[in-house]
Amino acid sequence: MGRFIFQRVLQVIPVLIGVAILVFSMLHLIPGDPARLVVGIEATKETIEIARENLGLNKPLYEQFFSFIGNALIGDLGTSVQSGAPVTEELAKRIPITATIALGATLFAAFFGMLGGIIAAIRQNKFTDNAIMVIALLAVSTPSYFLGLLLLIIFSLHLGWFPVFGVDTPMHYVLPIVTLGAQSMGLIARMTRSSMLDVIRQDYIRTARAKGLPERVIIYLHGLKNALIPVVTIIGLRFGGLLAGTVLAEIVFSVPGVGRYLVDAILARDYPVVQGTILLVACIFVLINIIVDVTYKLVDPRIRYE
Amino acid sequence: MGSQSQSLNNRIKKSSTKKKSVLLFWKRFSKRKVSVFGLVTILLFILLSTIGPLLTPYDPVDQNLINNFQSPSMGHWLGTDNLGRDLLTRVIYGARISFQISIVSVGLGLLGGLILGGISGYYGKKIDTIIMRFIDIMLAFPGILLAIAIVAVLGNGVLNTMIAVAIFTIPEFARIFRGSVISIKEQEYIEASKAIGFSDFKIIFRHITPNALSPLIVQATQLMGTSILIASGLSFIGLGVQPPNPEWGAMLSGAREYLSTYSMLAIAPGVAITLVVLSFSLVGDGLRDVLDPQLKNK
Repeated sequence: MGRFIFQRVLQVIPVLIGVAILVFSMLHLIPGDPARLVVGIEATKETIEIARENLGLNKPLYEQFFSFIGNALIGDLGTSVQSGAPVTEELAKRIPITATIALGATLFAAFFGMLGGIIAAIRQNKFTDNAIMVIALLAVSTPSYFLGLLLLIIFSLHLGWFPVFGVDTPMHYVLPIVTLGAQSMGLIARMTRSSMLDVIRQDYIRTARAKGLPERVIIYLHGLKNALIPVVTIIGLRFGGLLAGTVLAEIVFSVPGVGRYLVDAILARDYPVVQGTILLVACIFVLINIIVDVTYKLVDPRIRYE
Repeated sequence: MGSQSQSLNNRIKKSSTKKKSVLLFWKRFSKRKVSVFGLVTILLFILLSTIGPLLTPYDPVDQNLINNFQSPSMGHWLGTDNLGRDLLTRVIYGARISFQISIVSVGLGLLGGLILGGISGYYGKKIDTIIMRFIDIMLAFPGILLAIAIVAVLGNGVLNTMIAVAIFTIPEFARIFRGSVISIKEQEYIEASKAIGFSDFKIIFRHITPNALSPLIVQATQLMGTSILIASGLSFIGLGVQPPNPEWGAMLSGAREYLSTYSMLAIAPGVAITLVVLSFSLVGDGLRDVLDPQLKNK
């Protein structure tokens, strides 16, 4: 197992270096002078020179890259051009908000997705199954930003059950979590259903039935345990994706999270913030993928990786 | 003369076999009623986006402030928006933009995926490792983040949104095509093509690609819906297509200010996106069942 983890970590090192190179190159790939881009078109020559000096743009490219990497490794992602605040500090304030929404959405999607999938599989081809699958399909196809607006119209503006904007109370998190989790919930429901149906046809389930075990024990003890292995992997991988997906929910509900910080920075051409945020989210995503892989192997020892 | 009539006979035989396989395909596809529903919806939207200007007397961009926030009526079936523009007209023109973006970006993504996946799978070894690591790097940017990073560099607008979404779709196509190339390249007819002296380019694109089309078609259909989701998502957060263009995501974003007073502004484009994405998903599922039944069980 230790060897497996070591190999997996070794595999992602080139990926992380590649990610860092791409993120670093962003500023240099934009047509025009990066220093001018950062301070704006109307800036004076002196201001541009000061920005060039501050951003280290007057150094050779390789030196800039190594200092970018070196600083990132010690947690320094640069300074926001707009606010002058360190990017790491700003991100640290926002990460708990985004992580809460992403984690909440994952748990919401996992619970309701698996529940729906199991019920649909047990009631295969009956009304309940069809109804659950239609809801799942609609959940998968509805864009999160549209669903968010619909939830806002119904539950905040008309019924007044939930607050409209912000993150002051736990109630503020409910609608963003549902908005973000709905799509994954649909996917998980569909996957759980098909995985359960596959498992139910297996020989060991037939054996359990032949032994005369009650149907409840067969489904929940023998079936579910095996059917959920691929589902759990998907849930883990979705969490990483949802971390990036929060951007849309954050815009809908004006949540001051990492995604909103990133979009505001792009619109304001605050590139140190853009680079720092994208680098951080990509690294977290890669890290989560490793954790999911390792957990998957722990849960199902039959899995072999090349 | 004899050889001419023989070749004519062959051609007739070929076309009748083609007709038969198309009929067989349709027979299997039409068994899934929901997929047929999806196909009809997509065709309707394509028709609307093509002949839309003939159907509506209104301009999607021209403002008419005296007529703003009108309720649905015979003159304006879905009412008008905050700037007095006919909402239905904007939704119809929005279909045109969304389909343009999805067709161009999935086409470009497919091309990129074919080139990268083809080279990677056919040549293998070091070049395969390099390309696949590059794909891994692209996949390290989850979901919409890759598209956001690309528009952060390129800037907004229809063309840049297309490029961003195209790059977003490349890894999927590349991985699928690479897998197909690896399994097909060992077959005898490819060995034969090599022995005859065909170029690698010809072997990959003339002999391997036609035999690897099924999973690519299924993936392309699924990604058409995803590309509309990503493109309108970018426009919604203000990084994709910009107002006053009647792009569905941009329309949704503009509607946020009027949610409590005039929610139709959000509902109309939102339902359009959902319907189109749902339809592509249903058609994709149907195509998968017909073209690639093995995938269904995976």
